[in-house]
Amino acid sequence: MNIVVCVKQVPAKDAPLAIAGNWIKESDIGFEMNEPDSYALEEALRLKEKHGGEVIALSMGPERAKQTIKEALAKGADRGIHIADDNFAQLDPLGSAKSLAAAIQKEKFDLVLTGLQSDDHGFGQTGVLLAGLLDLPHATIIMAIEVQGTQMRLKRELEAGWFQHIECPLPAVLSIQSGINKVRYATLKGIMAAKKKEIATLTRESLGVSIEPTQRVEKIYVPTKTKKTEFLTGSPKEVAGKLVEKLKFEARVI
Amino acid sequence: MKLLFIAEQRQGKWNSTSFETLAAAQQIAGDTSSTVGALVIGKGVAGLAGELAAKNVAEVLLVEHDLLEAYTPDGYCVALKQVVESAKPDLVLFPHTYQVRDFAPKLAAMLGKGMIGDCIGYRNEGGKLVFVRQMFQGKTAADVTFQSAAPWFASFQAGAFRSDLVTAHPSGKAPVNAVSVQLSAEQIRTKPLDLFKEAKSAVDLTQAPLIVAIGRGIKAPENIPQAEALAKALGGEIAASRPICDEGWLPMERQIGSSGQTVAPKLYLALGISGAIQHVVGMKGARTIVAINKDQNAPIFEIADYGVVGDIFEVMPALTEALEKAKQG
Repeated sequence: MNIVVCVKQVPAKDAPLAIAGNWIKESDIGFEMNEPDSYALEEALRLKEKHGGEVIALSMGPERAKQTIKEALAKGADRGIHIADDNFAQLDPLGSAKSLAAAIQKEKFDLVLTGLQSDDHGFGQTGVLLAGLLDLPHATIIMAIEVQGTQMRLKRELEAGWFQHIECPLPAVLSIQSGINKVRYATLKGIMAAKKKEIATLTRESLGVSIEPTQRVEKIYVPTKTKKTEFLTGSPKEVAGKLVEKLKFEARVI
Repeated sequence: MKLLFIAEQRQGKWNSTSFETLAAAQQIAGDTSSTVGALVIGKGVAGLAGELAAKNVAEVLLVEHDLLEAYTPDGYCVALKQVVESAKPDLVLFPHTYQVRDFAPKLAAMLGKGMIGDCIGYRNEGGKLVFVRQMFQGKTAADVTFQSAAPWFASFQAGAFRSDLVTAHPSGKAPVNAVSVQLSAEQIRTKPLDLFKEAKSAVDLTQAPLIVAIGRGIKAPENIPQAEALAKALGGEIAASRPICDEGWLPMERQIGSSGQTVAPKLYLALGISGAIQHVVGMKGARTIVAINKDQNAPIFEIADYGVVGDIFEVMPALTEALEKAKQG
């Protein structure tokens, strides 16, 4: 079973965000693998361990995105594809998906996995768009995958504690829900082995993809407050005392 | 402009977020001198179409087919593409539900268009619509505009608009127009099976008046007893944001947010929770929200009534002690 897993590199969770127009200043901050994508990668590795085949880690972005591919290789992916695109942060969901789909189309694959959404843009559209562009069946928010020959039996999460089983033929595109598995750490052996693994580099031009933006992020900004927050200050003991007073006599909730 | 609002139902029951999006559609229509059409899709949903017709809409489109009885992304995309092509709306609006995330971006792409998803609001800037959504997990807002020609597609987040502001039809009922669509069984590649819930949960957080919720800031499972002690001193239930339950540190039934429980307690005490939107939609209805977080820019403070910028490991024990003292006194 050959699996392409899309992994995005995003600003580190604790990175201070300095807004610059419609994006952030990228100097002086760290980047990491988008957490929802790490669950998709883990699921790909587990499927490979069970059914054999190859896991290809696909990422798009500037040169630094290679680091995220290397992390995937260190965890056990067999090879990587980097779509070099310095303008990645400015692309709309459809524009990004077109490049990814063109790169996937060059591969022999049974399954494409993505995370549910990215922690930066949070568009949450990539998997569904890939299914559309590759003309494949798809399902999203997947909590379990059981491969039965050329079919999969999936557990899809719905809202408010509901789930649904779905049958889906292969090949297909699945968006994986966070928490589907427990992600592994890269071992030292894995990190060493990754150094010998191949990362192919493609570009939008080499893929022959032309994009017309359908939407544009004009600017980003710190959201305006909808509620007036009363901040309590002092030592932990003072703050605790003040808070109990407020909850008892002002909010009257305890 | 011509707006088309797509309502969501499952097994003949509305997804209540639908009416929030109808409220949004009516407001946008009022702001831009546009008309709103409403659409319901499924099988045997004429009764639901009648309910929509009582709202202030120009018409209701009723899209029914045997193959649309259960939701499938293929079935919905094939059917709705035909409806959008024939009805020619400028703007198609959806509630941002799990189902909409599952098919709407593809529907837009099939028409060569884009979708601005998960919006929390809009502005009309001299006739140009600007959609507001969140980025960086709610730490920033973003103004987003459409760049290509209509039709445009957008979805609104749960809680972004108030469903009680939906206005009724001024003169009784809007016309219900059935739209026939061509759909064959082989176009539907996935097969939806049973709907189910996991083992019945022992705790019903929706009924808990006082909730202490923990997020990533709790750092390690060893620290959870400190939060539990605080919940006990308060007489409340412990709950968590998704990452904590994903890690297995607390059972899934204690998860608050879009994929967990939606609660509206008297008091919600958020410890080390940044306030990512997936969490906030599950608890913003709380009467009083207290947030304790070391990051003063955490989005949770946007909705907090009382805020403490500080280390939860210092504040938790102090607060537990103060609550116990208050009980005795």
